[in-house]
Amino acid sequence: MPVELENEAQPQQEQARRRSMVLNMGPQHPSTHGVLRLLMELDGEIIVKCQPDIGYLHTGIEKEFEVKPYQQAVTLTDRVDYLAPLSNNLGYCLAVEKLLGLEIPPQAQWMRVMLTEFTRLNSHLVWLATHAIDIGAMSVFLYCFREREEILRIFEMFSGQRMMTSYFRIGGLALEPPRGWNQRVKKFIDVFPSRVDEYENLLTNNPIWIGRTQGIGVISLEDMLDLGVTGPMLRAAGLKIDARKSEPYTSYEKFDFEVPTRTENDVYSRYLVRVEEMRQSARIIRQAMDGMPPGPWKADSPHVVLPDREKMKTQMEALIYHFKIVTEGFRVPEGEVFQVIESPRGELGYYVVSDGTKMAYRVHMRTPSFGNLQATPRMVEGTLIADVIAGIGSMDFVLGDTDR
Amino acid sequence: MLPENLRGLDVTGVGAVAAAVEAFDADAITAGKFDRNELTLEIAPPKIVSVCGFLKYDQSFVRLSTVTGVDRYPAEPRFEVVYHLHSIERNQRLRLKCRLPGADPVIESVTSVWRSANWYERETFDLFGIRFINHPNLRRIMMPEDWDGHPLRKDYPITGSRI
Repeated sequence: MPVELENEAQPQQEQARRRSMVLNMGPQHPSTHGVLRLLMELDGEIIVKCQPDIGYLHTGIEKEFEVKPYQQAVTLTDRVDYLAPLSNNLGYCLAVEKLLGLEIPPQAQWMRVMLTEFTRLNSHLVWLATHAIDIGAMSVFLYCFREREEILRIFEMFSGQRMMTSYFRIGGLALEPPRGWNQRVKKFIDVFPSRVDEYENLLTNNPIWIGRTQGIGVISLEDMLDLGVTGPMLRAAGLKIDARKSEPYTSYEKFDFEVPTRTENDVYSRYLVRVEEMRQSARIIRQAMDGMPPGPWKADSPHVVLPDREKMKTQMEALIYHFKIVTEGFRVPEGEVFQVIESPRGELGYYVVSDGTKMAYRVHMRTPSFGNLQATPRMVEGTLIADVIAGIGSMDFVLGDTDR
Repeated sequence: MLPENLRGLDVTGVGAVAAAVEAFDADAITAGKFDRNELTLEIAPPKIVSVCGFLKYDQSFVRLSTVTGVDRYPAEPRFEVVYHLHSIERNQRLRLKCRLPGADPVIESVTSVWRSANWYERETFDLFGIRFINHPNLRRIMMPEDWDGHPLRKDYPITGSRI
Protein backbone atom coordinates (compact mmCIF):
# COMPACT_ATOMS: atom_id res chain seq x y z
CA MET A 1 0.00 0.00 0.00
CA PRO A 2 1.42 3.42 -0.86
CA VAL A 3 2.39 5.58 2.07
CA GLU A 4 -0.08 8.31 1.41
CA LEU A 5 -2.62 9.98 3.61
CA GLU A 6 -5.99 10.94 2.23
CA ASN A 7 -5.96 14.52 1.29
CA GLU A 8 -8.76 16.29 3.05
CA ALA A 9 -6.58 19.09 4.36
CA GLN A 10 -8.05 22.28 5.69
CA PRO A 11 -6.71 25.41 3.95
CA GLN A 12 -5.15 26.73 7.16
CA GLN A 13 -3.21 23.49 7.54
CA GLU A 14 -1.55 23.92 4.15
CA GLN A 15 1.33 25.81 5.70
CA ALA A 16 1.97 23.05 8.21
CA ARG A 17 1.53 20.33 5.64
CA ARG A 18 4.39 21.60 3.52
CA ARG A 19 6.97 21.13 6.22
CA SER A 20 5.52 17.98 7.72
CA MET A 21 6.89 14.48 7.47
CA VAL A 22 5.14 11.11 7.48
CA LEU A 23 6.32 8.60 10.03
CA ASN A 24 5.38 4.97 9.77
CA MET A 25 4.98 3.23 13.12
CA GLY A 26 4.53 -0.50 12.97
CA PRO A 27 3.39 -3.05 12.01
CA GLN A 28 6.38 -4.59 13.77
CA HIS A 29 6.68 -1.98 16.47
CA PRO A 30 6.92 -3.63 19.91
CA SER A 31 4.60 -1.12 21.55
CA THR A 32 1.71 -1.77 19.22
CA HIS A 33 1.08 -5.18 20.81
CA GLY A 34 0.74 -7.07 17.61
CA VAL A 35 0.65 -5.73 14.13
CA LEU A 36 -0.94 -2.32 14.25
CA ARG A 37 0.43 0.18 11.78
CA LEU A 38 0.04 3.88 12.40
CA LEU A 39 0.78 6.37 9.67
CA MET A 40 1.50 9.65 11.35
CA GLU A 41 2.04 13.00 9.77
CA LEU A 42 4.27 15.09 11.98
CA ASP A 43 4.95 18.75 12.30
CA GLY A 44 8.02 18.71 14.48
CA GLU A 45 6.92 16.59 17.40
CA ILE A 46 3.22 17.31 17.01
CA ILE A 47 1.00 14.80 15.24
CA VAL A 48 -1.03 16.55 12.58
CA LYS A 49 -2.78 13.50 11.24
CA CYS A 50 -2.88 9.88 12.22
CA GLN A 51 -4.24 7.00 10.26
CA PRO A 52 -4.37 3.48 11.69
CA ASP A 53 -3.94 0.64 9.25
CA ILE A 54 -5.26 -2.72 10.42
CA GLY A 55 -5.88 -6.10 8.84
CA TYR A 56 -2.42 -7.64 9.10
CA LEU A 57 -3.80 -10.36 11.38
CA HIS A 58 -6.99 -11.02 9.43
CA THR A 59 -7.50 -14.77 9.48
CA GLY A 60 -11.05 -15.12 8.19
CA ILE A 61 -12.41 -16.56 11.40
CA GLU A 62 -15.94 -15.39 10.57
CA LYS A 63 -15.81 -17.38 7.34
CA GLU A 64 -14.46 -20.41 9.18
CA PHE A 65 -17.50 -20.39 11.49
CA GLU A 66 -19.70 -21.16 8.49
CA VAL A 67 -18.07 -24.53 7.81
CA LYS A 68 -17.64 -25.86 11.34
CA PRO A 69 -20.33 -27.53 13.45
CA TYR A 70 -21.42 -25.33 16.33
CA GLN A 71 -19.53 -27.22 19.02
CA GLN A 72 -16.25 -27.34 17.08
CA ALA A 73 -16.40 -23.63 16.40
CA VAL A 74 -15.86 -22.91 20.10
CA THR A 75 -12.14 -23.42 19.51
CA LEU A 76 -12.15 -20.57 16.99
CA THR A 77 -13.42 -18.12 19.56
CA ASP A 78 -10.34 -18.67 21.74
CA ARG A 79 -8.17 -17.43 18.95
CA VAL A 80 -10.03 -14.17 18.40
CA ASP A 81 -8.91 -12.42 21.55
CA TYR A 82 -6.02 -14.57 22.70
CA LEU A 83 -5.63 -12.73 25.99
CA ALA A 84 -9.25 -13.30 27.00
CA PRO A 85 -10.14 -16.67 25.49
CA LEU A 86 -12.79 -17.62 28.04
CA SER A 87 -14.72 -14.37 27.60
CA ASN A 88 -15.00 -15.18 23.92
CA ASN A 89 -16.02 -18.77 24.64
CA LEU A 90 -18.71 -17.42 26.93
CA GLY A 91 -20.11 -14.91 24.45
CA TYR A 92 -20.36 -17.48 21.69
CA CYS A 93 -21.80 -20.24 23.91
CA LEU A 94 -24.42 -17.88 25.36
CA ALA A 95 -25.49 -16.82 21.87
CA VAL A 96 -25.91 -20.39 20.65
CA GLU A 97 -27.59 -21.43 23.89
CA LYS A 98 -30.05 -18.58 23.44
CA LEU A 99 -30.88 -19.92 19.97
CA LEU A 100 -31.27 -23.43 21.36
CA GLY A 101 -33.21 -22.27 24.41
CA LEU A 102 -30.92 -24.25 26.70
CA GLU A 103 -31.09 -23.99 30.46
CA ILE A 104 -27.63 -24.05 32.06
CA PRO A 105 -27.38 -25.55 35.57
CA PRO A 106 -26.24 -23.26 38.40
CA GLN A 107 -22.86 -24.87 39.00
CA ALA A 108 -21.87 -24.39 35.37
CA GLN A 109 -23.01 -20.78 35.49
CA TRP A 110 -21.06 -19.97 38.62
CA MET A 111 -18.02 -21.78 37.30
CA ARG A 112 -18.32 -19.68 34.16
CA VAL A 113 -18.50 -16.49 36.19
CA MET A 114 -15.45 -17.47 38.23
CA LEU A 115 -13.31 -18.41 35.25
CA THR A 116 -14.40 -15.38 33.20
CA GLU A 117 -13.27 -13.18 36.05
CA PHE A 118 -9.96 -15.03 36.11
CA THR A 119 -9.73 -14.20 32.43
CA ARG A 120 -10.32 -10.55 33.23
CA LEU A 121 -7.49 -10.68 35.77
CA ASN A 122 -5.28 -12.42 33.24
CA SER A 123 -6.00 -9.84 30.58
CA HIS A 124 -5.62 -6.85 32.89
CA LEU A 125 -2.34 -8.22 34.23
CA VAL A 126 -0.88 -8.55 30.75
CA TRP A 127 -2.18 -5.09 29.94
CA LEU A 128 -0.63 -3.55 33.05
CA ALA A 129 2.67 -5.35 32.50
CA THR A 130 3.06 -4.33 28.88
CA HIS A 131 1.65 -0.85 29.34
CA ALA A 132 4.16 -0.20 32.12
CA ILE A 133 7.00 -1.58 30.04
CA ASP A 134 6.00 0.69 27.15
CA ILE A 135 6.24 3.70 29.40
CA GLY A 136 9.51 2.52 30.91
CA ALA A 137 8.60 0.85 34.22
CA MET A 138 10.37 -2.44 33.65
CA SER A 139 9.93 -4.19 36.98
CA VAL A 140 6.09 -4.10 37.01
CA PHE A 141 6.19 -6.62 34.21
CA LEU A 142 7.91 -9.20 36.40
CA TYR A 143 5.40 -8.79 39.23
CA CYS A 144 2.38 -9.02 36.96
CA PHE A 145 3.61 -12.07 35.13
CA ARG A 146 4.19 -13.85 38.44
CA GLU A 147 0.45 -13.76 39.13
CA ARG A 148 -0.47 -14.35 35.53
CA GLU A 149 1.54 -17.55 35.55
CA GLU A 150 -0.46 -18.80 38.51
CA ILE A 151 -3.71 -17.98 36.69
CA LEU A 152 -2.53 -19.88 33.63
CA ARG A 153 -1.77 -22.86 35.87
CA ILE A 154 -5.29 -22.69 37.24
CA PHE A 155 -6.61 -22.72 33.67
CA GLU A 156 -4.40 -25.69 32.94
CA MET A 157 -5.75 -27.51 35.98
CA PHE A 158 -9.31 -27.00 34.73
CA SER A 159 -8.93 -27.60 31.04
CA GLY A 160 -5.49 -29.05 30.34
CA GLN A 161 -4.55 -25.91 28.41
CA ARG A 162 -2.88 -22.73 29.51
CA MET A 163 -4.17 -20.26 26.96
CA MET A 164 -6.51 -21.68 24.33
CA THR A 165 -8.68 -23.35 26.92
CA SER A 166 -12.03 -23.82 25.08
CA TYR A 167 -13.35 -24.78 28.50
CA PHE A 168 -16.87 -23.45 28.03
CA ARG A 169 -18.90 -25.53 25.62
CA ILE A 170 -22.42 -25.16 24.37
CA GLY A 171 -24.48 -26.60 27.21
CA GLY A 172 -22.01 -26.12 30.05
CA LEU A 173 -18.36 -26.94 30.61
CA ALA A 174 -15.98 -29.15 28.66
CA LEU A 175 -14.83 -31.26 31.62
CA GLU A 176 -15.83 -31.86 35.18
CA PRO A 177 -14.11 -29.34 37.48
CA PRO A 178 -10.97 -31.04 38.83
CA ARG A 179 -10.81 -32.31 42.38
CA GLY A 180 -9.29 -29.83 44.79
CA TRP A 181 -9.81 -26.81 42.54
CA ASN A 182 -11.09 -24.69 45.42
CA GLN A 183 -7.88 -25.01 47.49
CA ARG A 184 -5.88 -23.83 44.50
CA VAL A 185 -8.22 -20.93 43.81
CA LYS A 186 -8.39 -20.03 47.50
CA LYS A 187 -4.62 -19.96 47.77
CA PHE A 188 -4.46 -17.56 44.86
CA ILE A 189 -7.32 -15.31 45.85
CA ASP A 190 -6.10 -14.99 49.45
CA VAL A 191 -2.87 -13.35 48.36
CA PHE A 192 -4.03 -11.57 45.23
CA PRO A 193 -5.31 -8.32 46.82
CA SER A 194 -1.93 -7.83 48.48
CA ARG A 195 -0.27 -8.36 45.11
CA VAL A 196 -2.43 -5.60 43.63
CA ASP A 197 -1.18 -3.41 46.47
CA GLU A 198 2.34 -4.21 45.30
CA TYR A 199 1.62 -2.99 41.78
CA GLU A 200 0.02 0.11 43.17
CA ASN A 201 3.05 0.72 45.38
CA LEU A 202 5.19 0.69 42.27
CA LEU A 203 3.02 2.96 40.16
CA THR A 204 0.15 4.89 41.70
CA ASN A 205 2.24 7.52 43.44
CA ASN A 206 5.28 7.19 41.23
CA PRO A 207 6.10 10.69 39.92
CA ILE A 208 7.46 9.39 36.60
CA TRP A 209 4.37 7.28 36.04
CA ILE A 210 2.11 10.21 36.89
CA GLY A 211 4.12 12.52 34.67
CA ARG A 212 3.83 10.18 31.74
CA THR A 213 0.13 9.39 32.14
CA GLN A 214 -1.77 12.23 33.79
CA GLY A 215 -3.61 14.48 31.36
CA ILE A 216 -2.52 12.33 28.41
CA GLY A 217 -4.80 10.71 25.85
CA VAL A 218 -7.87 12.71 26.75
CA ILE A 219 -10.86 12.26 24.47
CA SER A 220 -14.31 13.53 25.29
CA LEU A 221 -17.11 11.17 26.31
CA GLU A 222 -19.33 12.31 23.43
CA ASP A 223 -16.57 11.53 20.94
CA MET A 224 -16.00 8.13 22.48
CA LEU A 225 -19.67 7.15 22.31
CA ASP A 226 -19.88 8.39 18.76
CA LEU A 227 -16.72 6.54 17.72
CA GLY A 228 -17.73 3.21 19.23
CA VAL A 229 -15.40 3.10 22.24
CA THR A 230 -16.51 0.79 25.07
CA GLY A 231 -15.30 -0.69 28.33
CA PRO A 232 -12.84 0.76 30.84
CA MET A 233 -12.22 3.80 28.66
CA LEU A 234 -15.84 4.91 29.04
CA ARG A 235 -15.75 4.16 32.76
CA ALA A 236 -12.63 6.30 33.14
CA ALA A 237 -14.66 9.14 31.60
CA GLY A 238 -17.32 8.87 34.27
CA LEU A 239 -19.94 6.78 32.48
CA LYS A 240 -21.02 3.88 34.66
CA ILE A 241 -21.63 1.31 31.96
CA ASP A 242 -21.04 -2.38 32.31
CA ALA A 243 -22.98 -5.17 30.60
CA ARG A 244 -22.57 -7.32 33.71
CA LYS A 245 -24.85 -4.87 35.52
CA SER A 246 -27.10 -3.49 32.78
CA GLU A 247 -27.72 -6.70 30.83
CA PRO A 248 -26.77 -9.45 33.27
CA TYR A 249 -25.90 -12.85 31.84
CA THR A 250 -24.74 -16.10 33.48
CA SER A 251 -26.27 -15.03 36.84
CA TYR A 252 -24.01 -11.99 37.31
CA GLU A 253 -26.99 -10.33 38.99
CA LYS A 254 -26.43 -12.62 41.99
CA PHE A 255 -22.94 -11.28 42.67
CA ASP A 256 -22.08 -8.24 44.68
CA PHE A 257 -19.49 -5.99 43.03
CA GLU A 258 -18.91 -2.36 42.14
CA VAL A 259 -18.32 -0.82 38.73
CA PRO A 260 -15.40 1.55 39.29
CA THR A 261 -15.50 4.90 37.51
CA ARG A 262 -13.25 7.97 37.34
CA THR A 263 -13.86 11.34 35.78
CA GLU A 264 -10.39 12.50 34.69
CA ASN A 265 -10.61 10.64 31.40
CA ASP A 266 -6.86 10.31 30.85
CA VAL A 267 -4.36 7.46 30.72
CA TYR A 268 -3.82 7.60 34.46
CA SER A 269 -7.52 7.27 35.30
CA ARG A 270 -7.83 4.32 32.91
CA TYR A 271 -5.02 2.69 34.87
CA LEU A 272 -6.85 3.33 38.16
CA VAL A 273 -10.11 1.97 36.77
CA ARG A 274 -8.48 -1.25 35.60
CA VAL A 275 -6.62 -1.75 38.87
CA GLU A 276 -9.89 -1.35 40.77
CA GLU A 277 -11.55 -3.77 38.36
CA MET A 278 -8.94 -6.33 39.31
CA ARG A 279 -9.90 -5.97 42.96
CA GLN A 280 -13.59 -6.30 42.09
CA SER A 281 -12.91 -9.38 39.99
CA ALA A 282 -11.13 -10.92 42.95
CA ARG A 283 -14.24 -10.21 45.02
CA ILE A 284 -16.44 -11.96 42.47
CA ILE A 285 -14.11 -14.96 42.34
CA ARG A 286 -14.24 -15.29 46.10
CA GLN A 287 -18.05 -15.14 46.12
CA ALA A 288 -18.25 -17.71 43.35
CA MET A 289 -15.83 -20.01 45.12
CA ASP A 290 -17.57 -19.75 48.50
CA GLY A 291 -21.07 -20.11 47.16
CA MET A 292 -20.49 -22.63 44.38
CA PRO A 293 -23.82 -24.48 44.09
CA PRO A 294 -23.71 -28.27 43.86
CA GLY A 295 -25.23 -30.15 41.00
CA PRO A 296 -24.52 -30.96 37.38
CA TRP A 297 -21.96 -29.00 35.39
CA LYS A 298 -23.64 -29.42 32.03
CA ALA A 299 -27.17 -29.04 30.77
CA ASP A 300 -29.60 -31.92 30.64
CA SER A 301 -30.04 -31.93 26.89
CA PRO A 302 -28.95 -35.20 25.29
CA HIS A 303 -29.23 -33.83 21.74
CA VAL A 304 -26.59 -31.22 22.38
CA VAL A 305 -24.42 -32.24 25.30
CA LEU A 306 -22.21 -35.34 25.14
CA PRO A 307 -23.23 -38.05 27.63
CA ASP A 308 -21.03 -39.11 30.54
CA ARG A 309 -18.32 -41.61 29.68
CA GLU A 310 -19.80 -44.07 32.14
CA LYS A 311 -23.30 -43.86 30.68
CA MET A 312 -21.93 -44.14 27.19
CA LYS A 313 -20.32 -47.45 28.00
CA THR A 314 -23.39 -48.94 29.64
CA GLN A 315 -26.45 -47.46 27.94
CA MET A 316 -27.36 -47.95 24.31
CA GLU A 317 -29.25 -44.67 24.07
CA ALA A 318 -26.34 -42.65 25.40
CA LEU A 319 -24.03 -44.35 22.93
CA ILE A 320 -26.32 -43.44 20.03
CA TYR A 321 -26.49 -39.80 21.13
CA HIS A 322 -22.73 -39.72 21.51
CA PHE A 323 -22.25 -41.11 18.02
CA LYS A 324 -24.77 -38.69 16.52
CA ILE A 325 -23.29 -35.61 18.18
CA VAL A 326 -19.71 -36.51 17.33
CA THR A 327 -20.32 -37.47 13.72
CA GLU A 328 -23.11 -35.09 12.75
CA GLY A 329 -23.22 -32.32 15.30
CA PHE A 330 -26.57 -30.92 16.34
CA ARG A 331 -29.10 -28.73 14.63
CA VAL A 332 -29.90 -25.27 15.95
CA PRO A 333 -33.34 -23.73 15.38
CA GLU A 334 -33.63 -20.97 12.83
CA GLY A 335 -33.22 -17.43 14.10
CA GLU A 336 -30.70 -14.75 14.94
CA VAL A 337 -29.39 -13.40 18.23
CA PHE A 338 -26.98 -10.71 19.33
CA GLN A 339 -25.46 -11.63 22.66
CA VAL A 340 -23.44 -8.98 24.44
CA ILE A 341 -21.02 -9.61 27.29
CA GLU A 342 -18.51 -7.41 29.06
CA SER A 343 -15.09 -8.60 27.99
CA PRO A 344 -11.99 -7.14 29.71
CA ARG A 345 -11.71 -4.67 26.84
CA GLY A 346 -15.33 -3.63 26.54
CA GLU A 347 -18.47 -4.67 24.76
CA LEU A 348 -18.11 -8.03 23.06
CA GLY A 349 -21.09 -9.02 20.94
CA TYR A 350 -21.74 -12.25 19.09
CA TYR A 351 -24.25 -12.02 16.27
CA VAL A 352 -25.17 -15.57 15.30
CA VAL A 353 -27.56 -16.33 12.45
CA SER A 354 -28.85 -19.87 12.17
CA ASP A 355 -30.69 -21.38 9.21
CA GLY A 356 -31.65 -24.53 11.10
CA THR A 357 -28.66 -26.65 10.09
CA LYS A 358 -25.71 -27.94 12.11
CA MET A 359 -23.43 -25.09 11.08
CA ALA A 360 -23.92 -21.40 11.69
CA TYR A 361 -25.14 -19.46 8.67
CA ARG A 362 -23.25 -16.37 9.74
CA VAL A 363 -21.32 -15.35 12.83
CA HIS A 364 -20.24 -11.78 13.32
CA MET A 365 -18.16 -10.67 16.26
CA ARG A 366 -18.55 -7.15 17.53
CA THR A 367 -15.13 -6.97 19.12
CA PRO A 368 -14.19 -4.24 21.57
CA SER A 369 -10.68 -3.67 20.18
CA PHE A 370 -12.02 -2.81 16.73
CA GLY A 371 -14.33 -0.17 18.13
CA ASN A 372 -11.74 1.25 20.48
CA LEU A 373 -9.00 1.51 17.87
CA GLN A 374 -11.21 3.60 15.66
CA ALA A 375 -10.83 6.45 18.14
CA THR A 376 -7.01 6.51 17.83
CA PRO A 377 -6.80 9.47 15.43
CA ARG A 378 -9.17 11.50 17.61
CA MET A 379 -7.02 10.74 20.65
CA VAL A 380 -3.54 11.40 19.31
CA GLU A 381 -4.01 14.16 16.75
CA GLY A 382 -2.64 17.41 18.07
CA THR A 383 -0.56 15.76 20.80
CA LEU A 384 3.12 14.93 21.06
CA ILE A 385 4.50 11.85 19.40
CA ALA A 386 6.04 10.73 22.70
CA ASP A 387 2.52 10.35 24.14
CA VAL A 388 1.24 8.09 21.40
CA ILE A 389 2.52 4.95 23.08
CA ALA A 390 0.94 5.84 26.40
CA GLY A 391 -2.30 6.75 24.66
CA ILE A 392 -2.72 3.63 22.56
CA GLY A 393 -1.48 1.52 25.45
CA SER A 394 -4.35 2.78 27.58
CA MET A 395 -6.83 1.51 24.99
CA ASP A 396 -5.80 -2.07 25.69
CA PHE A 397 -6.44 -3.50 22.25
CA VAL A 398 -5.48 -6.90 20.96
CA LEU A 399 -4.89 -7.11 17.24
CA GLY A 400 -6.31 -10.62 16.96
CA ASP A 401 -9.50 -9.16 18.36
CA THR A 402 -9.41 -6.28 15.89
CA ASP A 403 -8.68 -8.13 12.68
CA ARG A 404 -10.33 -11.49 13.40
CA MET B 1 -46.75 0.33 7.90
CA LEU B 2 -45.99 -1.50 11.09
CA PRO B 3 -46.29 -5.24 10.46
CA GLU B 4 -49.16 -7.00 12.23
CA ASN B 5 -46.89 -9.17 14.37
CA LEU B 6 -45.37 -6.09 16.02
CA ARG B 7 -48.65 -4.39 16.93
CA GLY B 8 -49.31 -6.05 20.26
CA LEU B 9 -45.84 -5.43 21.72
CA ASP B 10 -45.41 -3.95 25.16
CA VAL B 11 -45.42 -0.18 24.59
CA THR B 12 -43.18 0.55 27.57
CA GLY B 13 -40.40 -1.67 26.21
CA VAL B 14 -38.99 -2.01 22.72
CA GLY B 15 -42.51 -1.86 21.30
CA ALA B 16 -42.42 1.89 21.88
CA VAL B 17 -39.48 2.18 19.47
CA ALA B 18 -41.31 0.37 16.70
CA ALA B 19 -44.35 2.59 17.20
CA ALA B 20 -42.19 5.73 17.27
CA VAL B 21 -40.46 4.82 14.01
CA GLU B 22 -43.82 4.20 12.42
CA ALA B 23 -45.09 7.56 13.62
CA PHE B 24 -41.94 9.23 12.25
CA ASP B 25 -42.21 7.69 8.79
CA ALA B 26 -45.06 5.32 7.99
CA ASP B 27 -43.30 3.87 4.93
CA ALA B 28 -39.96 3.16 6.55
CA ILE B 29 -40.69 -0.21 8.17
CA THR B 30 -41.23 -2.98 5.66
CA ALA B 31 -41.21 -5.93 8.05
CA GLY B 32 -40.06 -6.85 11.49
CA LYS B 33 -40.06 -9.44 14.20
CA PHE B 34 -39.73 -9.79 17.94
CA ASP B 35 -37.90 -13.01 18.62
CA ARG B 36 -35.98 -14.23 21.68
CA ASN B 37 -36.44 -10.82 23.28
CA GLU B 38 -34.75 -9.01 20.40
CA LEU B 39 -36.51 -6.57 18.12
CA THR B 40 -35.63 -6.50 14.44
CA LEU B 41 -37.01 -3.84 12.14
CA GLU B 42 -36.56 -4.10 8.42
CA ILE B 43 -36.12 -0.68 6.94
CA ALA B 44 -36.58 0.33 3.32
CA PRO B 45 -32.99 1.01 2.14
CA PRO B 46 -33.58 4.61 0.89
CA LYS B 47 -34.87 5.55 4.38
CA ILE B 48 -31.98 4.23 6.43
CA VAL B 49 -30.19 7.52 7.11
CA SER B 50 -33.30 9.43 8.14
CA VAL B 51 -34.49 6.58 10.38
CA CYS B 52 -31.05 6.28 12.01
CA GLY B 53 -30.93 10.02 12.60
CA PHE B 54 -34.38 9.88 14.20
CA LEU B 55 -33.38 6.94 16.40
CA LYS B 56 -30.18 8.63 17.53
CA TYR B 57 -31.47 12.13 18.24
CA ASP B 58 -35.09 11.47 19.25
CA GLN B 59 -34.99 7.95 20.66
CA SER B 60 -31.61 8.13 22.47
CA PHE B 61 -29.88 5.34 20.52
CA VAL B 62 -26.57 7.13 20.90
CA ARG B 63 -24.43 4.11 20.18
CA LEU B 64 -24.05 2.18 16.98
CA SER B 65 -22.74 -1.14 18.18
CA THR B 66 -21.88 -2.72 14.87
CA VAL B 67 -22.72 -2.89 11.18
CA THR B 68 -22.35 -6.09 9.26
CA GLY B 69 -23.78 -8.04 6.36
CA VAL B 70 -25.42 -11.39 5.67
CA ASP B 71 -25.34 -13.04 2.27
CA ARG B 72 -28.51 -15.01 1.40
CA TYR B 73 -27.13 -16.33 -1.90
CA PRO B 74 -28.79 -17.56 -4.10
CA ALA B 75 -32.00 -15.97 -2.77
CA GLU B 76 -33.03 -12.48 -3.83
CA PRO B 77 -32.74 -9.83 -2.45
CA ARG B 78 -29.37 -11.30 -1.76
CA PHE B 79 -27.75 -9.10 0.87
CA GLU B 80 -28.82 -7.94 4.28
CA VAL B 81 -27.07 -5.04 5.96
CA VAL B 82 -27.54 -5.39 9.72
CA TYR B 83 -27.18 -2.51 12.18
CA HIS B 84 -27.12 -3.07 15.92
CA LEU B 85 -28.08 -0.01 17.94
CA HIS B 86 -27.77 0.51 21.66
CA SER B 87 -29.48 3.01 23.91
CA ILE B 88 -27.70 3.43 27.21
CA GLU B 89 -30.46 5.60 28.64
CA ARG B 90 -33.24 3.09 27.96
CA ASN B 91 -30.96 0.06 28.29
CA GLN B 92 -32.28 -1.33 25.04
CA ARG B 93 -30.88 -2.82 21.89
CA LEU B 94 -32.38 -2.69 18.46
CA ARG B 95 -31.53 -4.39 15.20
CA LEU B 96 -32.17 -2.72 11.86
CA LYS B 97 -31.97 -4.59 8.64
CA CYS B 98 -31.92 -3.51 5.01
CA ARG B 99 -32.25 -5.93 2.13
CA LEU B 100 -30.25 -5.19 -1.01
CA PRO B 101 -30.27 -6.83 -4.46
CA GLY B 102 -27.35 -9.04 -5.47
CA ALA B 103 -26.69 -7.28 -8.77
CA ASP B 104 -25.73 -3.88 -7.39
CA PRO B 105 -25.78 -3.69 -3.59
CA VAL B 106 -25.65 0.00 -2.75
CA ILE B 107 -26.89 1.81 0.33
CA GLU B 108 -26.28 5.20 1.83
CA SER B 109 -23.68 5.38 4.56
CA VAL B 110 -24.73 6.23 8.11
CA THR B 111 -21.36 7.81 8.96
CA SER B 112 -23.12 11.18 9.02
CA VAL B 113 -25.13 9.92 12.01
CA TRP B 114 -22.49 7.91 13.89
CA ARG B 115 -18.82 8.29 13.08
CA SER B 116 -18.22 4.74 14.33
CA ALA B 117 -19.96 3.46 11.19
CA ASN B 118 -16.82 4.39 9.25
CA TRP B 119 -14.79 1.24 9.90
CA TYR B 120 -17.79 -1.07 10.18
CA GLU B 121 -19.00 -0.05 6.76
CA ARG B 122 -15.51 -0.36 5.34
CA GLU B 123 -15.38 -3.89 6.71
CA THR B 124 -18.78 -4.73 5.22
CA PHE B 125 -17.65 -3.29 1.89
CA ASP B 126 -14.42 -5.26 2.04
CA LEU B 127 -15.89 -8.63 2.96
CA PHE B 128 -19.27 -8.46 1.18
CA GLY B 129 -18.80 -5.94 -1.60
CA ILE B 130 -21.70 -3.77 -0.47
CA ARG B 131 -21.04 -0.16 -1.47
CA PHE B 132 -21.89 2.68 0.87
CA ILE B 133 -22.44 5.97 -0.87
CA ASN B 134 -21.32 9.20 0.81
CA HIS B 135 -18.79 7.25 2.86
CA PRO B 136 -15.71 9.43 3.51
CA ASN B 137 -13.13 6.71 2.88
CA LEU B 138 -14.52 3.55 1.35
CA ARG B 139 -11.43 1.36 0.99
CA ARG B 140 -10.64 -2.21 1.94
CA ILE B 141 -9.75 -2.57 5.60
CA MET B 142 -9.01 -6.26 6.25
CA MET B 143 -7.85 -7.56 2.89
CA PRO B 144 -4.97 -6.10 0.84
CA GLU B 145 -5.87 -3.23 -1.47
CA ASP B 146 -5.40 -5.30 -4.63
CA TRP B 147 -7.44 -8.30 -3.50
CA ASP B 148 -9.99 -9.83 -5.86
CA GLY B 149 -13.41 -10.78 -4.54
CA HIS B 150 -15.21 -10.43 -1.25
CA PRO B 151 -14.45 -13.32 1.13
CA LEU B 152 -17.63 -13.47 3.19
CA ARG B 153 -19.87 -13.91 0.17
CA LYS B 154 -21.34 -17.38 0.03
CA ASP B 155 -20.05 -18.00 -3.48
CA TYR B 156 -16.47 -17.28 -2.41
CA PRO B 157 -14.57 -20.56 -1.80
CA ILE B 158 -13.58 -21.49 1.73
CA THR B 159 -10.21 -22.91 0.69
CA GLY B 160 -7.81 -21.71 -1.95
CA SER B 161 -7.08 -23.59 -5.16
CA ARG B 162 -3.80 -25.39 -5.67
CA ILE B 163 -1.37 -23.64 -8.00
